[in-house]
Amino acid sequence: MEFNVKVWRQKNAKTKGHFETYHIAGIEEDASFLEMLDILNEQLIREGKDPISFDHDCREGICGACSLYIDGRAHGPDDHVTTCQLFMRHFKDGATITVEPWRSAAFPVIKDLVVERRAFDKILQAGGFISVRTGSAQDANNILISHDKAEESMDAAACVGCGACVATCKNGSAMLFVAARVSSLALLPQGRPEAARRAKAMVAKMDELGFGNCTNTRACELECPKGITVAHIARLNREFLKAKFSD
Amino acid sequence: MAEKLNSKIPEGPLSEKWTRRKSEIHLVSPNNKRKLDIIVVGTGLGGASAAAALGELGYNVKIFCISDSPRRAHSIAAQGGINAAKNYQNDNDSVYRLFYDTIKGGDYRSREANVYRLAEVSAAIIDQCVAQGIPFAREYGGYLANRSFGGVQVSRTFYARGQTGQQLLLGAYASLNKEIAAGTVKSYPRHEMLDLVLVNGQAKGIITRNLVTGEIERFGAHAVIIATGGYGNTYFLSTNAMNSNGSAALQCYKKGAFFANPCFAQIHPTCIPVHGDQQCKLTLMSESLRNDGRIWVPKKKEDVEKLRRHEIKPSQIPEEDRDYYLERRYPAFGNLVPRDVASRAAKERCDAGFGVNETGKAVFLDFADAIKRLGKQRVAERYGNLFEMYEKITASSPWEEPMMIYPAIHYTMGGIWVDYDLQTTVPGLFAIGEANFSDHGGNRLGASALMQGLADGYFIVPVTIGDYLSKKFAEPKTDTDSPEFIEAERAVQARIDRLFSIGGTETVDSIHKQLGHIMWEYVGMARNEEGLKKAIQEIRELKEKFYTSVKVPGSQYEFNQELEKALRLEDFFEIGELMARDALNREESCGGHFRVESQTEEGEAKRDDANFMYVAAWEYKGEGKEPELHKEPLKYEFIEVKTRNYKE
Repeated sequence: MEFNVKVWRQKNAKTKGHFETYHIAGIEEDASFLEMLDILNEQLIREGKDPISFDHDCREGICGACSLYIDGRAHGPDDHVTTCQLFMRHFKDGATITVEPWRSAAFPVIKDLVVERRAFDKILQAGGFISVRTGSAQDANNILISHDKAEESMDAAACVGCGACVATCKNGSAMLFVAARVSSLALLPQGRPEAARRAKAMVAKMDELGFGNCTNTRACELECPKGITVAHIARLNREFLKAKFSD
Repeated sequence: MAEKLNSKIPEGPLSEKWTRRKSEIHLVSPNNKRKLDIIVVGTGLGGASAAAALGELGYNVKIFCISDSPRRAHSIAAQGGINAAKNYQNDNDSVYRLFYDTIKGGDYRSREANVYRLAEVSAAIIDQCVAQGIPFAREYGGYLANRSFGGVQVSRTFYARGQTGQQLLLGAYASLNKEIAAGTVKSYPRHEMLDLVLVNGQAKGIITRNLVTGEIERFGAHAVIIATGGYGNTYFLSTNAMNSNGSAALQCYKKGAFFANPCFAQIHPTCIPVHGDQQCKLTLMSESLRNDGRIWVPKKKEDVEKLRRHEIKPSQIPEEDRDYYLERRYPAFGNLVPRDVASRAAKERCDAGFGVNETGKAVFLDFADAIKRLGKQRVAERYGNLFEMYEKITASSPWEEPMMIYPAIHYTMGGIWVDYDLQTTVPGLFAIGEANFSDHGGNRLGASALMQGLADGYFIVPVTIGDYLSKKFAEPKTDTDSPEFIEAERAVQARIDRLFSIGGTETVDSIHKQLGHIMWEYVGMARNEEGLKKAIQEIRELKEKFYTSVKVPGSQYEFNQELEKALRLEDFFEIGELMARDALNREESCGGHFRVESQTEEGEAKRDDANFMYVAAWEYKGEGKEPELHKEPLKYEFIEVKTRNYKE
């Protein structure tokens, strides 16, 4: 297969970026999108050009590092996958493919397609944990959790922290990300003692870091590679309101 | 010589050793802990849990990772589960059995005392993880669910769908975040350790490169913990993440930490086969699939031919024409034999011409029976996400046709040599998780890597490091302007300058790929004397070629992934050579290390306990010089050493 790849190039956070288009041929249809970029980079280096920087690591769809906006969609045209699990068989031979970084005020570009997502770490540091000291836990089976509750909590805990929800949202809101963590812990008895504090602190931190407001467009759930639904946003809102009323 | 390798195993009965050691360890009072700085390198299960636990104790911790966030560490990708001797299933499990299975699974090449301690603390890990809010799978009554893994006959594996590593890492990362918020831990993402700094022979800090700005930075501490995982990416193609590397471990080796059993690399039997030469990463299919999946190849060569020409589908081959070779060869364990055994058996069938895809390097993993027995829904609950992932990658549905799988490099049991306290041969330098060598011998059992990472990080190193630090609290903060730090920084800078000065035409990846071919060919699933000698020779030649023909584009002072890869590849050359050298020295087959010269008539691995029941610890002797081998004899006082038998 062959493609024209139109890529966002930006030297660093301080300079302005622009698109450049490269032609690439000889791609197997079983190749992944990132393998295609690897091959393109080999080609660029041999031509004496600067290769394209992009974040990636596990290439199994679980680390959440890859973060490409492809043909107008976070993680590209396939549903519920990360970019690394996107395969070239989803593209038409000869197509022009546009590749951009996540666009969000809270995720500044470091270089080319690489963005800074430290804001997510900061939101979690604000309260995305249970305050348990190592070694002080009771026997695991003393806490009973119904099968369905555990599964529902796991649905939310599957978040990989990639930022597709933010990149997709027209307001640049991180609500789905925050909701996934708040909801996952709020569903479990271990998470209840700090539930109110957690919801308030994480929402406050999200606002402080420049993420936008949620206006319930549900675009985020369509692009979430792990299929996390806005039902968790509803739970976050309930937790947040409960916390506010108990103030 | 002898005192160089003092494993410091406590006296007394096996079950009392850890208690005894803990009672001997000197304590550091809370007000003195505040004066002590600890550097942790790596944020996987080991690093994140250690940093969190040390922060809780009141030490000043600095934690470094190469990713944009600690949560990206490759522990995140572990799928199947974590072992613990809880005996929740009433299937007669115990600390002793977990210990015994691990020693036996490791083919009697790990330390009794370390492995027993691992089994001993395993139960507390599950308690800790549940308290952190990790949504492990539950039975309908609300109790924790378990499944089985290779090499054992009980169900002791706890799991969260096929994403157990992710959930455990997010738990450790959450605890780390708690400590970062509390101010006890400071996090340095996108920083890569490029050297270890010794002052008066003691580990006192590290040199890093800021991966965003490119600046070289110095960090000092009273002790350094290495938790940077394994070196499986020496092979280029592996199940490791793209950025996983052995560089931090190699820097420690070059500064005097012995490197133990480097040749012990695990080849995982169930990975998605290589599809062409454009690939850079292999994907694992969890071992948990072997609970219900059956592995087979056709009995008849004509069926193999038809499969390769796509004239028939695997489901069309009748039952009597299928060779369920693991069930045939190992009736007692069947499809759940340990990984090394399963991998070699797959290779044996493929080498005999029964590989089921075009490349001849694939076998089937079939769920048809499980779907019939359990129904689609229960199979989906257990493996749904794995089936989906397989289908995304291969465009073939495991619900319709069996998966195709083949062995691939997955984990390295070898690593930095540590004593019972997890301290290396360099005072003040500790190594935990996959980065050390201590618990898995020649082969690691499934669901034990997560157990070891968290055991080391939550429960062992936070205790043992206290003994070292109890003598250090009176020492002032480490001065990073000392000659030792300046010299280390200068050496790192020289390394980087050299790489940019080469100005060749070859890409880093293309040379790494060649290294991978050498490693897989000669230091892979079957090794022999001639091949290993050839490997050492070819790696040296390739390294020379690297220094004359590689092209590192861009500059130092920017985000530069090619420079990162080039620095890591320099280290992979040395690790690769050390692996081949160790494999050459170990003239026996054990665990994942299979020397063709040492096998039984049935083709099983043949150990040589009389001559090789030792840990091979290699000491660096300088650039271009041969490393020196030190032997730590392995003594089995509490169990009888036997030939591994998974047949009956």
